[in-house]
Amino acid sequence: MIDIQTITNIALRAVKANKMRSVLTSLGIIIGVSAVIIMLAIGHGAQISLQNEMKSMGSNLIIVRSGVTTSSGARGGHGSQPSMKASDGDAIQNRIAKIRYAAPILEETAQIVYGNANWSTGITGTDNRNFIIKDWDLAYGRFFSEADIKNANKVAILGQTVVNELFGDVDPLGKTIRIKGIPFQVIGVMVKRGQTGMGMDQDDTVFIPITTAQKKVMGIKFPDQVKFILLQAVDAASTYTSQDEITSLLRQRHNLGVNKDNDFVIMNLTQMMEMMEESTKIMTILLGSIASISLLVGGIGIMNIMLVSVTERTREIGIRMAIGAKTWDIRWQFLMESLVLSLLGGIAGILIGLLGVELINHFSSFTAKVNLFYIMLPFSFSGMVGLIFGFFPAYKASKLNPINALRYE
Amino acid sequence: MLIEVKNIKKSYPLDGLKLNILKGISLEIGAGEFVAIMGPSGSGKSTLMNILGCLDQPTSGTYYLDGIDVNKLDADGLADIRNRKIGFVFQGFNLLSRTTALENVELPMVYAGIPAAERREKAVKALQKVGLKERMYHQPNQLSGGQQQRVAIARAIVNEAPIIFADEPTGNLDSKMSLEIMDLFTRLNKDLGRTIILVTHEEDIARFADRVIKIVDGEIHSDEKVIK
Repeated sequence: MIDIQTITNIALRAVKANKMRSVLTSLGIIIGVSAVIIMLAIGHGAQISLQNEMKSMGSNLIIVRSGVTTSSGARGGHGSQPSMKASDGDAIQNRIAKIRYAAPILEETAQIVYGNANWSTGITGTDNRNFIIKDWDLAYGRFFSEADIKNANKVAILGQTVVNELFGDVDPLGKTIRIKGIPFQVIGVMVKRGQTGMGMDQDDTVFIPITTAQKKVMGIKFPDQVKFILLQAVDAASTYTSQDEITSLLRQRHNLGVNKDNDFVIMNLTQMMEMMEESTKIMTILLGSIASISLLVGGIGIMNIMLVSVTERTREIGIRMAIGAKTWDIRWQFLMESLVLSLLGGIAGILIGLLGVELINHFSSFTAKVNLFYIMLPFSFSGMVGLIFGFFPAYKASKLNPINALRYE
Repeated sequence: MLIEVKNIKKSYPLDGLKLNILKGISLEIGAGEFVAIMGPSGSGKSTLMNILGCLDQPTSGTYYLDGIDVNKLDADGLADIRNRKIGFVFQGFNLLSRTTALENVELPMVYAGIPAAERREKAVKALQKVGLKERMYHQPNQLSGGQQQRVAIARAIVNEAPIIFADEPTGNLDSKMSLEIMDLFTRLNKDLGRTIILVTHEEDIARFADRVIKIVDGEIHSDEKVIK
């Protein structure tokens, strides 16, 4: 039996003897491998940015917001039937064990002014539970105190973008800004969080106590009204199982009779995220599979050239057989040649694929991310393609009759 | 006996008929003999040569090579016996192109599974024996016909195979080179004791052998010692 080093040398020599042909043959594999790497990287990148987004939103989240009104068949949008109160959230947190925190949220966009700088940003009335749920820390300063909430104090915590726009290099702590003309004292600045996967700047925001928002800044239709309540369940499963309890508690608190529809909507963000994650996974698989079709086509190209190569070298095969080459000696020789072609194509494909990923990250809005598995997958696939499509030509070569092969001109 | 052939026949189907190439040949060749097989083209001498060289198998009859029943071997068994027992020298040289003389000579040992270092050493020695050590890094297209045939001979002897089959070894060479090659065969026979079976249609080439077997129409016509 022939040794692997000799057989590799024979294969490398055959590949080198026809440089141009080898490059063109490998081209299919090169394109296939680089396409698979780029496609998987795009899918993987989407998955990672989604995961990052989930992390910054907080985990195991449920949102309960006001329901919709229907007047003579025309349905209003979300929140068109204000019904949620901050105290609803407190009740949910206290009475339902599967819910750990409930943060009231009341928000609107407003113009804020410091000195002669001004900036339009989102104002969120909430309390400290919002920061706990989102796992978001202060860069410096302090959170709201109990007194701030109880007395509806005019204090504000700023996001980094707001600090940059209004204060530049000045230390904002203790300074007074005006929100809709009302003076607020800055008590804290949040850690920078960056953009969400959808491109929203999370740092372009101002937090004020929920009570201050309700009583002094935003117009509300009834006391203690909020836009929605952000709930954090104890675990992912509870985001599903707690929904019935929340519904019955709220129906009871809102005095809804048996025939009345809910005046609130429960949205399970965990479920939404899981669905989105599932769909990006499917997208990744789909992109990868489509790209791997080109790998298969590349394999057919290799088979084609290997068949030509076997025919061209019929005489050589005859000589080798006459001298003592056995069936598998001949098979391995041609299998190794197609394996070398496909693996060299695979290596070139990896390099071009990585280059392509770099270019995508530079020049497009997609984030493409590679990992070792997504590189080794198409590479080993290319090796498999080489072996599978190389087998038929190798089989054909090994079945030649030595006498006829020696006579072949 | 090194080669023992009893009543071998070979036929091919042709247009529904059976074409009989060999019609029952029996012969024995002992170790160290130098035999020439002669015959006009179409006589079946090439077919006999292929069967004796284990490249082909007879339709019927028995063939023992060095005590091995060749008819019982499959393709890989035949390859193995060709590798260990037989060295081939062809009319058209049949060297691998774009491959140095040295690597061509190493080839039988590659398939015998001999380690690379030992292969090299033996190949150099074999090339030395045929007087081509200085050309061992030349490729076939850089060598003359006679030199190419000497590389082929080195390849045939390198594995220490007891039998050398030479099929019209001088067919592509001029008379001066033919003489050189035949001298080489004679030396291999006399000095190294290799059994040589030579197929030729030229009388003066056959005269180098000690025994001439003439094949006519698929049968042995004569089998005589050469008187020198």
